[in-house]
Amino acid sequence: MNTLAELLHALECDAAVPAAIESGAVLALPLPAARLPHAAHVLARSQAHLAGIVCEQRNGSFALRYPFWLPRGLPWLELVIDVAPGGTVPSISPRLFAADWHEREIEDLFGLIFSNHPFLGNFVLHDEVWPEQAFPMRHDFAFTDADGAPSPYQPQQMLQAEGAFLMPVGPVYGGVSEAGQFLLDTLGEEITHCQTRLFYKYRGIEKRAEGMVAADALLLVERMNGTNAFAHALAAAQAIERACDCSVPARAQTLRSFWAELERLRSHAATIAGLCKSTALAVPTSLAYQRVEELLRLSGRHAGHRYLFGLIAAGGLAFDLDDAAARELAAQAQAVARRLADLAEELLFDNSFIDRLEEVGVIDAKVARRYGLVGPVGRAAGHVSDLRREQPYAAYAECTPRVAQAAEGDNLARLRVFLDEAAESARLLPLLATQLPAGTVRGTCATRAGAGLGWTEAPAGASTCFARLDADGRIARLRLMPPAFANWHAYHLAAERFAFQDFPITLASFGLSMAEQDR
Amino acid sequence: MRLWALRGLRTQRDLTGFPRTLELAPGMTPGRPVDGPAAAADVCPTGALRAEGAATVVALDHCVHCQRCRHGGQPMHWREDIAWSHGEGAPLPRAFAHSIHVRVLDAGDCGACLAELQQLPAPQYSLHRLGIFITASPREADVLLVVGPVTRAMRQPLLDTYAAMPGPKRVVAVGACAASGGVFGPSFACAGGVADMLPVDRVVPGCPPPPLAVLEALLAVMGRSLPRAEDAP
Ligand code: SF4
Ligand code: SF4
Repeated sequence: MNTLAELLHALECDAAVPAAIESGAVLALPLPAARLPHAAHVLARSQAHLAGIVCEQRNGSFALRYPFWLPRGLPWLELVIDVAPGGTVPSISPRLFAADWHEREIEDLFGLIFSNHPFLGNFVLHDEVWPEQAFPMRHDFAFTDADGAPSPYQPQQMLQAEGAFLMPVGPVYGGVSEAGQFLLDTLGEEITHCQTRLFYKYRGIEKRAEGMVAADALLLVERMNGTNAFAHALAAAQAIERACDCSVPARAQTLRSFWAELERLRSHAATIAGLCKSTALAVPTSLAYQRVEELLRLSGRHAGHRYLFGLIAAGGLAFDLDDAAARELAAQAQAVARRLADLAEELLFDNSFIDRLEEVGVIDAKVARRYGLVGPVGRAAGHVSDLRREQPYAAYAECTPRVAQAAEGDNLARLRVFLDEAAESARLLPLLATQLPAGTVRGTCATRAGAGLGWTEAPAGASTCFARLDADGRIARLRLMPPAFANWHAYHLAAERFAFQDFPITLASFGLSMAEQDR
Repeated sequence: MRLWALRGLRTQRDLTGFPRTLELAPGMTPGRPVDGPAAAADVCPTGALRAEGAATVVALDHCVHCQRCRHGGQPMHWREDIAWSHGEGAPLPRAFAHSIHVRVLDAGDCGACLAELQQLPAPQYSLHRLGIFITASPREADVLLVVGPVTRAMRQPLLDTYAAMPGPKRVVAVGACAASGGVFGPSFACAGGVADMLPVDRVVPGCPPPPLAVLEALLAVMGRSLPRAEDAP
């Protein structure tokens, strides 16, 4: 299936073929719920990539949207179905496994039932702290501590054999780590089952955003994952701009790409530093964190904030960066990137380091495709997609990145992809800095009723956001579909079959945020 | 085999002068709003700024560093310092003045507070030179350092960790979330900070507080005398 017309024909949506198609357009395809599994089946075998599922409560009934992005030159497709009160939704995860966690999440938070879905319940809302019948994303949700009696939590041992035991790790750790739990089954050396228990950090961001003005909701999105604040807030700002038909000045578009690449460089440097730390090499760890600190200080100096908070605004950016400062920043960031590359070169010649990474934590291309993995983790396993290239936004149509990739899908392949991408960001920064159009960085963006989709290629992969605003220009629904949510889904597969001492290294090589996943 | 130790020795030193001096390199801190005209308070999304007469007063625990009061027509005056932690709790007894063990607990942070803590062992800050160690067990911990607003699922682990620590012990709340709930709490999913659960000895506001602000607070908990912003040149 190469053309949009063929794809729409296979979806039995011939009537929807638009006269002109382009990247960046979103083509909505309303379907009867019964046809959804077939459509998912068709799309699963095409080049379409599921971004997530958006559930919206409209009075009593529910609307579900399934946005998919297509490769460059083609638009987004959005399957839309309606579910009557009390109705069930046909599950698509048997055909398109990337939908699995999205369906579980919607079941937990909205109380919708997905028919034919294998594992439901106790996902976002842990049974030991949340009552059974709490559905926080419903409009009528009112929660008090007195509601219902939570049930006690007992980790489940998967492996039943003589000498087998279950080792729970987390949610509190010895070092400086995010709260989450891993249940590791073993007979001694090798991890046979790994269950990733997340959502310890569930902060209810999507719910809290409802009723907020757009600018305040952006503060929340920045803090979904503070270390990748800019990329996610940009996706949300673009969703709001699309919903309200706001235009963004050219200078802001270029600067948005500029800040996003600086953030990617720093975020990747931090991932590489984490990987050094996981192998207990003290000197490379120190050197890598030194680079991270240098990049944080560059952000602090030029944006007033080490993590670029407060920079994004609907309609552009909250403040400008003058041309000379942009060029200076780009040159300094490039110098830091060079020092990082020097360190990497030394590391890649250290056999004791390479031995810990090579052929460990393997995710193969089939798994990557089946789980719809995104970002460096997907690209290191040969599942290559990058929204900067496929569906360009900000200044990426003119300034297209070279997309790094590898085939092996092991810890080493991921390290190489992170390194290549950091180098590519450092190459883009001066290009963007010397191409800054003149003019303002902030257009007027009058918020009004509407809905829209926004997306970015965040450091960890595709980040998609759906925003609906009400007649007062306040947030009626904000759906955040970050890359961590897609990639944590498959993390256990990289940990299983490998030894205990490989676990922290594999974990570090994924570079995933739990805050971003839990939201 | 690489000779990493040699490589380390050859690396140029880049260590902060803190706590000897409060001088900072550019970009080490976002700074903080300190005072300004009454009209500046209108832009604050969290109520950290309150107009009092002709001036605006700052409740730093609620500041989420959105920078709105830094730009725009009626900006606040910002100070580029780091010594802004506060707390009523007494410092640890004198035996702890030269070394403490710290247990770090994530109670639902956004990642940036933890990222700043991760920078503390970096060569620019080198927290170990000050006798501060992150410990792997609550049984050895003197200080419980908490980030995040305290989500529902982290309430019990937080209380359990505190209970497992021997006395004397101190609790330090790091970041706007831990101080006041920040942008997240209080809500159905989050408390309004650590003080809703435990007695807090020291609060380090900021979203996130820069590494040195945390270091300053830890030294204060150790009872070490420090230069404060008021003494700065
Ligand atoms: S920077 Fe702090 S004080 Fe200023 S407006 Fe934002 S939250 Fe309020
Ligand atoms: S205080 Fe700010 S930086 Fe720290 S966890 Fe909360 S939102 Fe993140």
